[in-house]
Amino acid sequence: MLSVEGIHSYYGKAHILSDLSFEVRRGEVVALLGRNGAGKSTTMKSVMQLVRPRKGAVTFQGRDMVGEPAFRVAKCGIGYVPEDRRIFTDLTVLENLEVGRQPARKDAPHWTTEQLFEIFPNLSERRANRGKHMSGGEQQMLTIARTLMGNPALLLLDEPSEGIAPVIVEQMAATILRLKAEGLTVMISEQNLHFARAVADRAIIIEGGEKKFDGSFAELEAHPEIRDAYLSV
Amino acid sequence: MAFFLAQFLTGLANAAALFLVASGLSLIFGVTRIVNFAHGSFYMLGAFIGIYLMEILPGHVGFWAAILLTGVAVGLIGAITEIIVLRPIYKAPELFQLVATFGVILVIQDLALMIWGAEDKLGPRAPGLRGVWRIFGEPVPKYDIVLIAITPFILFALWYLITKTRLGVLVRAATQDREMVGALGVNQAWLFTGVFALGSALAGLGGALQLPKGGADLLMDFNIIGEVFVVVVIGGMGSLPGAFIAAVIISVLNVFGVTYLPQSTLVLMYVVMAVVLIVRPYGILGREEVAGEHGQVGAPEQPIRPYGRTGILAVTLFIAVLALVPLFAEQFVMTLIVDMIVFALFAASLHFILGSGGLVSFGHAAFFGGGAYAAALLVFHTGTPMELAFLFAPLAAGMLALAIGWFCIRLTGVYFAMLTLAFSQLVWSLAFQWRGVTRGDDGLVGIWPSDWLNAPAPFYYFTLILGVGGIVFLRHVIHSPFGYALRAGRDSPRQAEAMGIDVKRVQYAAFVLAGVMAGLAGGIFVFSKGSVFPTVLEIAESFDALIVVFLGGVKTLAGGVVGAGFMTGVEDWLVRLEYWRLLLGLVIIAVVILMPEGIVGTLRTLWRRMRNDDEEVVK
Repeated sequence: MLSVEGIHSYYGKAHILSDLSFEVRRGEVVALLGRNGAGKSTTMKSVMQLVRPRKGAVTFQGRDMVGEPAFRVAKCGIGYVPEDRRIFTDLTVLENLEVGRQPARKDAPHWTTEQLFEIFPNLSERRANRGKHMSGGEQQMLTIARTLMGNPALLLLDEPSEGIAPVIVEQMAATILRLKAEGLTVMISEQNLHFARAVADRAIIIEGGEKKFDGSFAELEAHPEIRDAYLSV
Repeated sequence: MAFFLAQFLTGLANAAALFLVASGLSLIFGVTRIVNFAHGSFYMLGAFIGIYLMEILPGHVGFWAAILLTGVAVGLIGAITEIIVLRPIYKAPELFQLVATFGVILVIQDLALMIWGAEDKLGPRAPGLRGVWRIFGEPVPKYDIVLIAITPFILFALWYLITKTRLGVLVRAATQDREMVGALGVNQAWLFTGVFALGSALAGLGGALQLPKGGADLLMDFNIIGEVFVVVVIGGMGSLPGAFIAAVIISVLNVFGVTYLPQSTLVLMYVVMAVVLIVRPYGILGREEVAGEHGQVGAPEQPIRPYGRTGILAVTLFIAVLALVPLFAEQFVMTLIVDMIVFALFAASLHFILGSGGLVSFGHAAFFGGGAYAAALLVFHTGTPMELAFLFAPLAAGMLALAIGWFCIRLTGVYFAMLTLAFSQLVWSLAFQWRGVTRGDDGLVGIWPSDWLNAPAPFYYFTLILGVGGIVFLRHVIHSPFGYALRAGRDSPRQAEAMGIDVKRVQYAAFVLAGVMAGLAGGIFVFSKGSVFPTVLEIAESFDALIVVFLGGVKTLAGGVVGAGFMTGVEDWLVRLEYWRLLLGLVIIAVVILMPEGIVGTLRTLWRRMRNDDEEVVK
């Protein structure tokens, strides 16, 4: 579904991603693992074209995305949830969802606000509240719901478990599995190995912008040295 | 009492058009972050197009249809302007776009002159609303009452659009974080164009709606823009109800001002604005601007390096050539170079607070003109010898900066810019309306230098030494610890504070220093011309300096100086032509689009690329 081939991404002159390649197949949940600064967020942004790779290809459902504006990538069916959430704090919950709304897509589950309120009951209670009056966990729920309003076929979740209470993290894991069951393909970036293992089918580990591991969690268990070298557990 | 009420109603009626124009500007600024100087030009276009349409569409229906069609037409012109001029430069440094909008003003001015001629046009009366109604015996024009009646509907319609429709939701979201809106699948480019078109349409509507009370002339654009900025700032950037309240306050105040304080009409609204901003720094209903919340990604700041050996050699050579000019050049060349140096020093002083301090002042002319006036007043009224009076120019400008800075420094961003504008307008209206002292627009004349300087060559050297000395001094300050502190405060105020730098105090000191240097330029200016007029204090003078700094390149050291040289040169060559504004506007727009880093910045980038200096930092 998504294939990233040999991308190089930069911030100004700083070389962040170097020759990174991976694939995401329809219906799977892939976890992108790595330490702080390993390049996880940049990978997500490079797929989304918020950071433009200088070399390499990002192909989504047969279409090359490199150089497209971010809105077109979104319209092609990639939903992006940034790690810093970036909800519109002056807008109400319903208005935040409205910004994300896009027409239904054949190859992806279709969401209405009511369905999303069923998945995220906290949001339902606060639908008329402004974003700035919400807790971190609620804001995280809102960014995911907002992106789902675009009916994406592939969901990019950047560090969904970061900075939220443990109870909410569990809820988040359940939510991701639910989304998978609905037929959504998901890529999450994570530092939390336990969380990743609970939701994902496969792990990709990056360090210094290069891929170090790509395989199942069982394989990763079998090579504890990889885990020790690239993940802070 | 009845007279009072009638006055009040006139003010309310005037508020209608003002509110329309101001809400358009506010909308455009909120979403695109562009301070659109050209907004007044769209208002002017609305007036001219409105007259044309009212002439061909007869009757009641025709009149109101003409107003609506004018809105549509001006909206389309706005959309075209946005697509051609602004779309290519959204990624440029913040506020850079205002230079392009300034170019648009010039282009529209000359186009309007070509199409409609230089004569003022009287607006047609509204059919069926020609007479007056008596309210408590006082005559109030019928059209005024109609305007008062429809204004709430306009406010409601705009409020509905912004709060209840999908477009409004997207607009408000984009005001906060446009990149995220894009990542959610919304084509920002068209959202921006749409908002710009809507804002322009509102300006056009305002221009057409005021026709029966006024008319159309070629000065409308500049006349309204100051007022509109004041309204938007008093009301609070991005707040529609705020803009409405402020439009009413300003319009009512103007009506009463004309009746009771005719000498102070010009200054009144700026006094109100200054008071509001001092009490409520973000306007009546505005909210605090938080830097960096708009998802605007600029290129990382390049550190400014002192010149290397080649650079110093080149500059020294250039100055040596300048020093030799009087040996072979004719007088007019020396005069032109004196003008260039004066303007370069003025621009360099603005560039100093703008580039290194990050403080965008819209009112820097207050110090240039203030210095010029200080020296001229001394000579004119007390016959003080030139040497002493000249020293007074930078001194007085510094004092003025000390006073104005005390109020302005607490603000940031656009609010800082607007408050400096308000104060400079205060100074301007003093010079313009305090005729007993300043002789108003007759100006002060006969301000010549002492005998030993009163010849082209000596004055040329006088200017060269002081001008170049001033510019070099400013450069030294930028590379001193004080300059580091200033730049630290610009790039990361919190971090700088945490390191023990009193950011506001450093900025205050820099503001005063910039004022002193502008005053020095003003001092040279007044003795080179022998006279001074209120025009040196006008908004246009401040804008000229701004444009020059942006054109030269904000993020470079030589930007102000090179920009000033470029502009003085181009203007000197262009003003001989009939439609020089059109050409100058096009030149400005072209430079802005082709050289988004400014002239110096773009040349520097080219130079680095040629030398392959672009070494990659590998993590």
